[in-house]
Amino acid sequence: MSTVTTDPHAHAEHEHHGPAKGLKRWLYTTNHKDIGTLYLLFSLLMFFIGGAMAMVIRAELFQPGLQIVEPNFFNQMTTVHGLIMVFGAVMPAFTGLANWLIPMMIGAPDMALPRMNNWSFWILPFAFSILLASLFMEGGGPSFGWTFYAPLSTTYSNDSTALFVFSVHIMGISSIMGAINVIVTIMNLRAPGMTYMKMPLFVWTWFITAYLLIAVMPVLAGVVTMVLTDKYFGTSFFDAAGGGDPVLFQHIFWFFGHPEVYIMILPAFGIISSIVPTFARKPLFGYASMVYATSSIALLSFLVWAHHMFTTGMPVAAELFFMYCTMLIAVPTGVKVFNWVATMWRGAMTFEVPMMFSLAFIVLFTIGGFSGLMLAITPADFQYHDTYFVVAHFHYVLVTGAIFSIMAAAYYWLPKWTGHMYDETLGQWHFWCSLISVNVLFFPMHFVGLAGMPRRIPDYALQFADFNALISIGGFAFGLSQLLFVALVVKCIKGGEKATDQVWEGAEGLEWTIPSPAPYHSFTTPPEVK
Amino acid sequence: MARTSYLCWSLLTFLLAFSTQSAEMPLNMTQGVTEISQQVYNLHMKIFYICCAIGIAVFGVMFWSIIHHRKSKGVEPAQFHESTKVELLWTAFPVLILILMAIPATQTLIAMEDTSEADVTVLITGSQWKWHYKYMDHKVEYFSLLATPRQQIDNKLSKGENYLLEVDRPLVIPTGKKVRFLVTSDDVIHSWWVPAFAVKKDANPGFINEAWTRVDQPGVYRGQCAELCGKDHGFMPVVVIAKEQADFDQWIAQEAATQAAAKEAELKLLAMNMSKEELMTLGEKVYMGYCAACHQPNGMGIPGVFPALKGSKMALENLPGHIDIVLNGKTGTSMQAFDKQLTLSEIAAVVTYERNAWDNNTGDLVQAADIAKAQSK
Ligand code: HEC
Ligand SMILES: [Cu+2]
Repeated sequence: MSTVTTDPHAHAEHEHHGPAKGLKRWLYTTNHKDIGTLYLLFSLLMFFIGGAMAMVIRAELFQPGLQIVEPNFFNQMTTVHGLIMVFGAVMPAFTGLANWLIPMMIGAPDMALPRMNNWSFWILPFAFSILLASLFMEGGGPSFGWTFYAPLSTTYSNDSTALFVFSVHIMGISSIMGAINVIVTIMNLRAPGMTYMKMPLFVWTWFITAYLLIAVMPVLAGVVTMVLTDKYFGTSFFDAAGGGDPVLFQHIFWFFGHPEVYIMILPAFGIISSIVPTFARKPLFGYASMVYATSSIALLSFLVWAHHMFTTGMPVAAELFFMYCTMLIAVPTGVKVFNWVATMWRGAMTFEVPMMFSLAFIVLFTIGGFSGLMLAITPADFQYHDTYFVVAHFHYVLVTGAIFSIMAAAYYWLPKWTGHMYDETLGQWHFWCSLISVNVLFFPMHFVGLAGMPRRIPDYALQFADFNALISIGGFAFGLSQLLFVALVVKCIKGGEKATDQVWEGAEGLEWTIPSPAPYHSFTTPPEVK
Repeated sequence: MARTSYLCWSLLTFLLAFSTQSAEMPLNMTQGVTEISQQVYNLHMKIFYICCAIGIAVFGVMFWSIIHHRKSKGVEPAQFHESTKVELLWTAFPVLILILMAIPATQTLIAMEDTSEADVTVLITGSQWKWHYKYMDHKVEYFSLLATPRQQIDNKLSKGENYLLEVDRPLVIPTGKKVRFLVTSDDVIHSWWVPAFAVKKDANPGFINEAWTRVDQPGVYRGQCAELCGKDHGFMPVVVIAKEQADFDQWIAQEAATQAAAKEAELKLLAMNMSKEELMTLGEKVYMGYCAACHQPNGMGIPGVFPALKGSKMALENLPGHIDIVLNGKTGTSMQAFDKQLTLSEIAAVVTYERNAWDNNTGDLVQAADIAKAQSK
């Protein structure tokens, strides 16, 4: 080491590599850790903006009758809430985690394409500013649901559609660039000795997710462009009067949309597969089968899109095909859950906050999987479709699934990021408040849906009143509980008990071999993996 | 910790108290009133029980582990992992269960999609935000609109028993007969749903979907539009009355006679002139029922979405254009054609109303004959 300090050239280079000061550090940064942090903070901000919209929705639905907002504004809230949560909260959070963790997990100094990395983050704020600004247009922002079915989004929408299309394009470009970066990094920058089948599962799941992103984001870009040209340039892709078909829109949208939901859950599987072995102090039960299960879920995700469209009037043969394929997805998903449980079996478990969120994930995501299996049964889907049963289903897989896994990840790696242990008591409070409120919020939705309440309505029949009040209370409580998380993160950044390198007793993997907080540059010389 | 558990318990009791209050809401899917809806319910319960069984097994093992295999109990972690045998087992077993589930689901689905040999056929057309029913074998057709008064929605009157689930003219079908529904739309996608029949079919503009039902019990069955269709998607209910065949025959004969008579009366009206007062009263009624959802009761519209009629150039100056847009709508916008929805005198009245209400004081009076003239052009 002494040679390094005496060598003037090396010294100069070393100085050059420290973080710049002030705002410029964040604007110009090409450092994977800085960009990871930017993504994570951005996603937290979006989580609160999208959450505020959910609060408006729940406030309006607290009682029957119209009290707080007009139906047109209500529709804008459901639409933009969905778009923000999917594209602004969940996806950037996972990309942020990928940025922070993938290089540290594979022993790389940074992402392979650092300048593109900067760009793929910094176009996001523009995308969401455009989307949010459209709410202030004459006639308001997009109000056709996050699924923007034509012709509601073409002929029958106002001019905010143009802004919506533009912002979705930017989000798509950002996602594609992020995905390319992940793939190139994983393929090229693994430390010597780290074969594919030695990669941590978080890396594996993101690797597969990145391929899904590259496969389907262009499809989304295509379909929004078709919406744009149908609306403004006289094409008739989705207009029967010009030889088009509105159902074609749904086929294209869901060909993107279904892999998209796996994009939001595969990295979660990776996170849970990292956390459970650590706190069970026992290796993951079936590493290889987890990799194969993830790959088969990814492949199957291209064959099930029309299960969102059973009521559109497809031929019976198509309905049967999509029903069978959808049911099949339960198999690899089951394999995952069984593996986590088998990992816990005869371990020596402790229950720090990351583990608590992971355990909650396993139970609640599985409940979401069960309702998914129910939805796959086409004849039954005719009753469930477009009701609160579906709303319950996808919030179980997205909130108690994806978002709980992100929370688990944040708690798990916060000490590595900040160098401080988070406040365990505050974390437990956050967990328990979230767990209880999220179930008060989403569980009754199953009943409301079975009883026949359609989704996306601002007002409802009297029989649904009590349950909706209860759901709203759960919603407000869940929203408030998340403030605890912000307090905890701020506290953890500012100080706290010093974290060790390994942080968690049972933690294994390259990221736990470097100091906490992780130095600005890590693995400048690759480690040897045996 | 004691405080936390106290909190949990009080919340739980609160929840239980809540759930007993809402005894009116069924907590499960309806069994409905048709053979198909019963089959669908059975499928739903079957898959639900399967999920429960798997859930109990998986969560049981997991919680056993959580309780017994914790570090605080001083256990040493085992280090076993990887077992192809186990992996194969828990792949194959679910596949078997799924096959068992797929068989009855396939049978029911095929039965549901068999629309052949129907006794009665009804064409259902959705449009923003109402349903139109047309009996293909009779000269009967009409629109069906939400009947809940605006004041109830705005919380100015107490809400009735069937709040938001009531319409002015329900669909009527005979019991014990296979009724085929042809479902389509005039504008955006809607979805016609009656839970008691387990029928939910999208209404796609430019295409016709088919569905069917056979209801054995006479009764009133309520549902709603299930596909987001714009601003008033939540205010587009479906009500179906199932009547014994004899009652149905009587009803449809009477309905056909009334509709034929109304057409004749309409022709007679052409020769008559209504007074301004009559026109304005009728016009306001029609406007509130058919136009206010978009153009708003005060005529101000919703900027950027639905144009204001108050002070609009068309309502103030262009009378032929005004009549034309109400009669024929404007393609490519949500302004629909009211030609078939309203009678000549109703159209005359609503145009008169729009030209004289909200300080639009043009003084123009439009009569049914004027509308007939515009129509024949
Ligand atoms: C589903 C929503 C909707 C309903 C219901 C509706 N309209 Fe319209 N109406 C529109 C829209 C949108 C336009 C603008 C069309 C365009 O782009 O020119 C419009 C335009 C008009 C115009 C022309 C305004 C102008 O200044 O150019 C008149 C007049 C009008 N409507 C009358 C009526 C009447 C009368 C009724 C009821 C019988 C009615 N509308 C019901 C949506 C609606
Ligand atoms: Cu509708």
